Amino acid sequence: MKRFLERFPLEWLLLGLAALFPLFVSSTSVFGSQLNDLFTYAILALGLNVVVGYAGLLHLGIAAFFGIGAYVTGILIAPVFPFQVAFPVALVLSAGGAALCGVLLGAPTLRLRGDYLALVTLGFGEVVKYAIQNLMSITEGTRGLTSLPPALVFGLKISPDDFRGYYYIALVLLAATVLLLKNLERSSLGRSWMAIREDELAATCMGINAARVKLAAFALGAGLAGMAGCLFAVKQTTTSGPLAYDFNRSVIMLCCIILGGLGSIRGVLLGVMLLIGFDTILTPKIDEWLQLANFNPEGSTYLSLSGWRLMVFGLALILMMRFRPEGFLPAGHIQAEMHRGQLKTVHTGAESVAAESLVSTTPVKHTPPSEKQV
Amino acid sequence: MPFLLLAENSTSSAGQLLLQQCLNGLTFGSLIALIALGYTMVYGIIGLINFAHGDLFMLGAFVAFSVFAGCLPAFESWGLGALTAAWLTVVLATVASAAFCGVLNLAVDRIVYKPLRNAPKLAPLVSAIGVSFVFMNVGQLWRGALDVSVPTVFPGDNLVARWPWLFEQTGLRFTWADLIVMALVIPIMIALTVFVKYTRMGNAMRATAQNPVAAQLMGINVERVIGVTFVIGGALGGVASVISNLYVGTVNFQMGFQNGLYAFTAAVLGGIGNIPGAVLGGLLIGFVKALSDGYGQTQWTNALIFAILIVILIFRPRGLLGATTREKV
Repeated sequence: MKRFLERFPLEWLLLGLAALFPLFVSSTSVFGSQLNDLFTYAILALGLNVVVGYAGLLHLGIAAFFGIGAYVTGILIAPVFPFQVAFPVALVLSAGGAALCGVLLGAPTLRLRGDYLALVTLGFGEVVKYAIQNLMSITEGTRGLTSLPPALVFGLKISPDDFRGYYYIALVLLAATVLLLKNLERSSLGRSWMAIREDELAATCMGINAARVKLAAFALGAGLAGMAGCLFAVKQTTTSGPLAYDFNRSVIMLCCIILGGLGSIRGVLLGVMLLIGFDTILTPKIDEWLQLANFNPEGSTYLSLSGWRLMVFGLALILMMRFRPEGFLPAGHIQAEMHRGQLKTVHTGAESVAAESLVSTTPVKHTPPSEKQV
Repeated sequence: MPFLLLAENSTSSAGQLLLQQCLNGLTFGSLIALIALGYTMVYGIIGLINFAHGDLFMLGAFVAFSVFAGCLPAFESWGLGALTAAWLTVVLATVASAAFCGVLNLAVDRIVYKPLRNAPKLAPLVSAIGVSFVFMNVGQLWRGALDVSVPTVFPGDNLVARWPWLFEQTGLRFTWADLIVMALVIPIMIALTVFVKYTRMGNAMRATAQNPVAAQLMGINVERVIGVTFVIGGALGGVASVISNLYVGTVNFQMGFQNGLYAFTAAVLGGIGNIPGAVLGGLLIGFVKALSDGYGQTQWTNALIFAILIVILIFRPRGLLGATTREKV
């Protein structure tokens, strides 16, 4: 039995379930379409996880790359523009375009310390949002590029009325992403990321080119986000307005990966299912039930769960940081170091330096433990 | 820069417009500077980017709103003159809002951040984001999701118009609200400077910011210093919220986010952790916003401000007044 589980780990089981699910529901299932969105966000979160979880760079502007991906797709396929490319081309180009932007942002900023890097990414996210909003002639401002045509995959039109088409596309891409990242984790590049996350100085002494490795993380993270953006736009048949790519989106994605477990693929997937699932699937459902039970006849905000959703998010984050900062399904060694880190309140704290640098998002700042006491 | 080329206003000359925009920039900049002080003081002491600070400011604005709505009619029904009632209301609102924000900020520090003092840096940062969400939700439940207009306290008449000669020469517009901003901000800045430079507690704060352990060894109660920092930072945010109510005139549960980001940019611009730097940064942001609003296209103002943030961080990460610190290895 154990050997069986090892050979067919949980991922395969879940993938199988997800692949079989559409066979049991109607082609207009709302739940299926919501699951499809979850897959898209999971790709986005995995992209963010490359930057924050693997390379340890705090990134607060991932939504910008999501938006860039969505708008590149919109421009490439919208009827008002002359390009009208097929979906796979749009997918590759929007991932590539976002990755290029990631490199352009990353190159001058990688020498910055953790907090400052976070601020630059935040600022970049805002600039992109306002640029989308103001470049009326290209992006149609707050309205977004609407009525995108159905995707063309190898000559096949994917109708937006039947959720299954986009569902399978997103699922396949998500599975491919997970496979890619699983292999990357064990590759030289992946190990380099974790090495600079844990101790940049030691890593560079071992011959790792920190700048190049970080840039690769930025590019891959942005590229995955761009791919997610493409999926998002094609499935919605609109790029949505710039508000879909604001700071809130970045922060919620960050919350997902922190809640699930930084640097762990399973953790990230779980985090997305929990947070985004709660937000987009569970909350409306519960409100519907409350409505049916005639619990809230006047439609007051106080009595509906959606009126409390930010509160739930906020409290979840606070409690999580207090009681299980490594996330629900942490990557093994992060958890080990976290627990070592907890001991340090009792001990002097010499070992805490390692723990801090492991999980802190500042690329290694070896302050003596005394300095970060307060 | 394209927005400078659009400087054409039919009613007033270029010089008048410039002067007016500088005045607007000064007012808005003071507001941002007050919020930025809250960010920078907390960062200076415990190295935490307090994401919840903008939303604390928002809750302060809601408290000030309540005071405005409650006290102004009451004072007027007692037969006080309109101006006296207005001044009294503003003073009361300032005290109430500053006290509320100070105490709330302290409570958040004690309940949320204090248990995480020795945790990795990410933990308090994420908790601060959590607190910000909680505050936003409270604000949303309190006043709904839409903009609410604040009752006007001061009449909107132009004070410069009382001196016809000056008005003709400059065409300036300077209202009671502008005057209040000056009357609140300048004394507060002076008091804060005196406090930090010359009092025992201020000394302790500077010592803690430099090296908490050494400060503790010298007998400074570091936790108390942190508490005082949070109270002062919060109270300044409360004062800022009154100014925002007078000057902007609407409240919204999301107002903290935008103003918080401006203030944050201001703090970084001046050198995060540096008190005069935050004021300078706030004023600069105010001027940039006013000039960009006045001469260019308002919708690009925000993009411009964040682009400045990025450029400053890339070329001078320690900010304008920040001290050069060698990265310890």
